[in-house]
Amino acid sequence: MAGLRVVKSRDEFEGEIFESLAIIQGSDLPPHAAGAEFEEIGKARKRIDGVQRVTGRATYTQDVVLPGMLHARVLRSPYPRARVRAIDSKKAEALPGVRGVLHRFNSPKAAFRGEETIFRDEVRFIGDEVAAVAADDVETAVRALGLIEVEYELLPHVTDLEEAITDEAPRLEDGGNVFDAGSLKRGEARQAFKDADAVVEGTYRTSTQLHNSLESHGAVAQWDGQILTVWESTQHVFGVREGLRAALLLPLSQIRVICDYMGGGFGSKGGVGKYSIIAALFAKQLSRPVRCVLTRHEENLAAGNRSATLQKIKIAAKDGRITAIDHTSWSNAGQGRWVANPTGPTNTLYDFANLTTKSYRVVTNAGSLSAFRAPGYVEGTFALESAIDELAERVGVDPLTLRRRHAASQTDPRTTKTYSLKRLLECYSIGAREIGWSKRRAGGTRGSAPHRRRGIGMGTQIWGGGGGPPAYATVHFNSDGTVILRAGTQDIGTGTRTVLAQICAEELGVDLDRISVRIGDTEGPYGPISAGSLTLASVGPAVRLAARDAREQFLGAAAGVLEVPRTELRMERGHIVSKGARTPISEVSKKLENNTVIGKGSRWPNPESLAIKTFGAHFAQVEVDTLTGEIFVEKVVAVHDIGRIVNPMTAASQVQGGVIQALGFALSEERVVDRSLGRVMNADLEWYKIPTVLDVPEIVVRFTDRPDRRANNLGAKGLGEPPIIPTAAAVANAVANATGVRLRHAPMTPARVLEALAVIQ
Amino acid sequence: MGADSIPRCSIPSNDMPPFRGPDAVDISLTVNGQGATAHLRPQRSLLELLRGPLGLTGTKLVCNAGNCGACTVLVDDRPVYSCITLAVACEGKRVETIEGLSKDGELHPVQEAFIDHDAYQCGFCTPGQVMSIVALLRTKGKPTEDDMRRAVTGNLCRCGAYVNIVKAGMSAARRATK
Ligand code: FES
Ligand code: FES
Repeated sequence: MAGLRVVKSRDEFEGEIFESLAIIQGSDLPPHAAGAEFEEIGKARKRIDGVQRVTGRATYTQDVVLPGMLHARVLRSPYPRARVRAIDSKKAEALPGVRGVLHRFNSPKAAFRGEETIFRDEVRFIGDEVAAVAADDVETAVRALGLIEVEYELLPHVTDLEEAITDEAPRLEDGGNVFDAGSLKRGEARQAFKDADAVVEGTYRTSTQLHNSLESHGAVAQWDGQILTVWESTQHVFGVREGLRAALLLPLSQIRVICDYMGGGFGSKGGVGKYSIIAALFAKQLSRPVRCVLTRHEENLAAGNRSATLQKIKIAAKDGRITAIDHTSWSNAGQGRWVANPTGPTNTLYDFANLTTKSYRVVTNAGSLSAFRAPGYVEGTFALESAIDELAERVGVDPLTLRRRHAASQTDPRTTKTYSLKRLLECYSIGAREIGWSKRRAGGTRGSAPHRRRGIGMGTQIWGGGGGPPAYATVHFNSDGTVILRAGTQDIGTGTRTVLAQICAEELGVDLDRISVRIGDTEGPYGPISAGSLTLASVGPAVRLAARDAREQFLGAAAGVLEVPRTELRMERGHIVSKGARTPISEVSKKLENNTVIGKGSRWPNPESLAIKTFGAHFAQVEVDTLTGEIFVEKVVAVHDIGRIVNPMTAASQVQGGVIQALGFALSEERVVDRSLGRVMNADLEWYKIPTVLDVPEIVVRFTDRPDRRANNLGAKGLGEPPIIPTAAAVANAVANATGVRLRHAPMTPARVLEALAVIQ
Repeated sequence: MGADSIPRCSIPSNDMPPFRGPDAVDISLTVNGQGATAHLRPQRSLLELLRGPLGLTGTKLVCNAGNCGACTVLVDDRPVYSCITLAVACEGKRVETIEGLSKDGELHPVQEAFIDHDAYQCGFCTPGQVMSIVALLRTKGKPTEDDMRRAVTGNLCRCGAYVNIVKAGMSAARRATK
């Protein structure tokens, strides 16, 4: 196709900058005119796939049942660290109904995240994959696992972050257990600490949080001799396809990955899993469809987590302003090869002169971390925004006032680029008004009983969410005038199908119910991972361009059919409109064949000279029971500056969900590991406490809702992660306001609250 | 108070059929208004029966341990966790699942309300939430918001759609009593 160009784009993904290539064509659309009237964009629309979801007809990976399907189960290491000396699987293989057994001594090589095989020679955490069985039914597979004899040689282990960084800990890798994961320096922090009027120092901790998406990780694989089709609960069908290619060495043309509906991922479903490779290996070997879906227990051992952190933070002030911050963080990566950076917010949120930050990845004998909704930023913001409040109190300045002094800057301190749009001060004003900040009293107020104290606090959010290329979409007209929109993205629960349909309908000038959206399939045009709050800002602009292309082509064809000059035609509400005449689209389309008109669109690069960020602030009101240590969050006001809101209804849902998940992190969620056994003691939903309906406070959701016209042609930015970022800090600051006690460990459980209260009494 | 509407572990013990097994047994029950029979081992759960032989995958499996409510179905109008309810305990009983709620393409008012109020995100907990609320509305025509919350306390939602779930439930209740 003529006129294709390739351009470089630099985009932020989860706090890091990546370079990518964008294939573009023609010209980008300008952003919608200021004050433009919309039919669809900005309107609260019910989800177009709602009926599927409420009738049980939505097909999740768990629900894929194929004729002749076998069930695979995984034998997992019962030891936190051991060498696998020998495996005898003869008895398992002899069990009637068992069709295959795979382990490190008989399995074909299958590369996975830099390792040659999925079954390690040295297993490194409880839950590490040792062998797998495929059988006619789950029960037989489970029985077979018990018949596999494994000879282990036990090795010394360490699971705890603070133990792993000491010299006494067993060294897990040649380089030890602690690895550099980034640092930043600005100005002369050391001098600034010397010159300061006030310095506060604190050690903060956050515990390991488990994703517990309700649908566990899993895949169903089918090999027909030509094509490997894999249904997988994933946030990135193309990423899974790439992972399967690397593992099985099949050409991409022979792999198809499908994710129709998926039951939550929150960052943990970013790519291929060992379970998908196991299902695919068996499917190829046995020529039968194979399903490998994790149990809840396995899910909580081997499917990722938000790493525990230890953070030391030191802040200086002079003349009522922040002059320096020093922030060092250690993260328990388990067996993970990367780590999220908790110093990200410190590096970018406020405008002040002197900074040193360091981040370390610590390897332990625990399951690998994986991205968890705003990885690093949730943990880091808890520490940073708590410490800022401590400083404000020390220097006797209202904490919001202190922040305002450093939040007005329109320049990203890390890159020195100008922000495309930043309305953080407006977030502060809206939030302060909604929570009643002017009524906040130093020392808090009396609660509903003499032993109950009430307080309010706040925290600030910064995150990327600008999205970027590559992302593509196609739009085609059927002969009956209906429209099919295809994009290689997936709906992880945010309402992607619906917002993309709204964008498409708006640009085409057809009704929403004429548009059918096909996503979650590698047979469609490439789409990025649904993570990093980038789906809407990446795919939305491409959809707009695809719709415009389809509309232009269709009007060109309509001009021929209607024998009216093209320049006199426009498309409006499902009609071709010319001077005085309105012809339904279907009248024209039925004269054309199916698929005659296919519009294409691609995401253009982000402006090189601008920093694209999202901002926000949460304000919390809490009541603390000083006898039981319970924190009752009464109200959270969540204000976000994320550009244009395409669907206010689904946007509000995402914010509520983010706040609630953040309250789990703040108050109750904590993986508990027995250090001597290396075992997760609460790998279930009984003792791992995620919020229930009774834990939900009043949540007020507000948006600045101004299109970021310099970010992309839609003016929209991401919303997935912003609402989980500042809540824990807002709650901690409210608790400090209420009780005078500073909680420096999330979750702030009753035990920790009582312990902290006991110290001051 | 809607104590009855809080999903139960299983069938009340005074209502349990006599011991059967240990080999596979025949059972017959009514599922979504139609007779169903199955031949299965007595340790099989109602959830396994529904999702397996009966092919009703609308009911979700999450914890398989009675902790989350994703598998909630109605047995003789009561909400139960089907993952910890034995299939044989449902002999002769009336089981209703999410698939049986809409009649002739007409959504049940609770289903309608979930769509109207965006009472889901990923949708994985939705069938269980809907069934718990349907059960409440059968026993209590005019529930309070507190009743509504209690009806779904046993239904976890990791996406945190709770605010809208309660709103949807209340709106369905109003619609039903109109
Ligand atoms: S699956 Fe039955 S309660 Fe969780
Ligand atoms: S909507 Fe995802 S778990 Fe409830």
